[in-house]
Amino acid sequence: MRTITCRQAVREALREEMARDPKVVMLGEDIGPYGGNFKVTEGLWHEFGDDRVIDTPISENGICGVGLGLAITGMRPVVEVMFSDFTANAMDQLVNQIAKIRYMSGGQVKANMVVRTVIGGGRSSAAQHSQSLHAWFMHVPGFKIAIPSTPYDLKGLLKTAIRMDDPVMFFEHKMAYNLQDEVPDGEWLIEFGKADIKREGSDVTIIATSLLVYRALAAAEKLGAEGISVEVVDPRTLVPLDMETVSASVRKTGRVVIADEGHVTCGVGAEIAARIAYDCFDYLDAPIERVGTLDVPIPFSPPMENYVVPSEEDIIYAVKKVLR
Amino acid sequence: MLRKMILIRAFEEKMKLLFTHGFMAGFSHLYDGQEAVAVGVCSVLTPEDYITSTHRGHGHCIAKGGDVSKMMAEVLGRRTGYCKGKGGSMHIFDASIGILGANGIVAGGLPMATGAGLKAKLTGSGQVTACFFGDGTTNQGTFHESLNMAGLWKLPVVYVCENNGYGISVSQARHQAIKDIAIRAAGYGMAGVIADGNDVLDVYAKAKEAVERARRGEGPTLLECKTYRYGGHHVGDPGTLYRSNEEVAEWRRKDPIDRMVKHVLSSGIMTEAEVDQVRKAVDDEIEAAVECAMNSPMPDPEEALEDLFVDGKAVGREGRSMA
Repeated sequence: MRTITCRQAVREALREEMARDPKVVMLGEDIGPYGGNFKVTEGLWHEFGDDRVIDTPISENGICGVGLGLAITGMRPVVEVMFSDFTANAMDQLVNQIAKIRYMSGGQVKANMVVRTVIGGGRSSAAQHSQSLHAWFMHVPGFKIAIPSTPYDLKGLLKTAIRMDDPVMFFEHKMAYNLQDEVPDGEWLIEFGKADIKREGSDVTIIATSLLVYRALAAAEKLGAEGISVEVVDPRTLVPLDMETVSASVRKTGRVVIADEGHVTCGVGAEIAARIAYDCFDYLDAPIERVGTLDVPIPFSPPMENYVVPSEEDIIYAVKKVLR
Repeated sequence: MLRKMILIRAFEEKMKLLFTHGFMAGFSHLYDGQEAVAVGVCSVLTPEDYITSTHRGHGHCIAKGGDVSKMMAEVLGRRTGYCKGKGGSMHIFDASIGILGANGIVAGGLPMATGAGLKAKLTGSGQVTACFFGDGTTNQGTFHESLNMAGLWKLPVVYVCENNGYGISVSQARHQAIKDIAIRAAGYGMAGVIADGNDVLDVYAKAKEAVERARRGEGPTLLECKTYRYGGHHVGDPGTLYRSNEEVAEWRRKDPIDRMVKHVLSSGIMTEAEVDQVRKAVDDEIEAAVECAMNSPMPDPEEALEDLFVDGKAVGREGRSMA
């Protein structure tokens, strides 16, 4: 065992896959000598050179589409979009081209590419650099979607994503990059569609994604001290979504909180809640609670941002509410 | 080249008939009048080279070697079509001969063509990509983003602008402040060339230079071909609300097929009987394609759930209680 940060986990996955397969190339803004806006790609340009780690102009729509052109002609591109907010610039290529090209062509080509992007509030980055827009992509058939929380999950899922033959949207949280955890020695891959129970419990199920997994675990620890046994389920991938594991947990506890940092309305929590309501209707002992970012643009000033973005306390409050 | 142009014209005329007689669903954007551009450019390409196309893409696909029976089956929604009926007129695709898809989004194919060019450069494959689009596309953001990257990285891509004078219904004079789109090439550090888009020999000659430049590693070209769309934006738009009959008639006098016929006759390359033979053979080919398509089965509705992901599993049926 060794301890690495989430940033190192992503970088190791990229480095190992680049070394393993010469078809893997990276495209993105400032990913070269600068090492990426969040320093994730640091060192990779020096190691693999200008033809494998390609600094692009600031053209999100263009570079996502260039990635698609590379993918359907035989390469395995990994495109970095600096903030998930900037996927808005790339929506035509993502939604109308990348997600659909295989289907529209009757299965003639594979759009085997990964789009890595960064979500989350917490750095006073204000309304255009703090959003968690992953739910948008759940609404468009054609993407596989990963939203891992821990170094182990980030590395294992990213390595799998790069080897997959379908387009993958891969969401990393900016506030998780410095968090660290133990990982095993040697190589591991994680299959998409397998949720992970991060903590076992019997009174309430928290389904949490990305950074909120950490907040849910901290909340569970405090609630445990009060005699409340909380199970924390991390779906890890949203497409496919492991409803089997989620539903099994809900049937056990009968009470559910869904914690996802996207805006609440039409968010990931809405979809998971609907599926739970359908699959586990007879097992529910309380209405499903959702914890997410309040439905306003994310404000700059820390007191307001902290209020709008979900916290550990918000999760504790929601758990107590479903136990009432 | 003459045969290909006649084949495209015959295909489009058949489309018009099939559409107006109710055999076709959706809509169909026809290429008649612009045949010299697709044929002139694609005649320079090898089967390994790539093209990206547009909503007005039948001509490009035929010129690149597409199978008219599979095209006909696709536009008629048949299971035997190029895309198993999932694409239709705007999404004809043949990966086996480098057709990276027609595209329903104006300027949607430009980044993809640029990516195909980047692949050719990174792997040293020697392939060239011809990227077709209209004058309207040159006002979209991805036009700028793509040409900037291609110029910067000296990619082997020929950006073929078919300037037919109209972005849907808005004339070029009403949608941009320039007349010659080729001048924009200067802004991307690439060659900008103008061709007579109704003269297949001129298009061929200029495309040949551009493709050779690309293969030599000397970078992309913006090749503007001035041409005209005989019909409206699609079948169903007569094209009369925003342009005059005189304008259409004037362009018809410059018809690319008539000009090529005149050329082959006057230069003694073909006799009139031989040209007639070509026309007859093309008509037979189109009739056979229609018959083949009409006799092909429609897809089962549930085939709609296939081909989304590579794992081959059909997707679920959430949202259908009956299932």
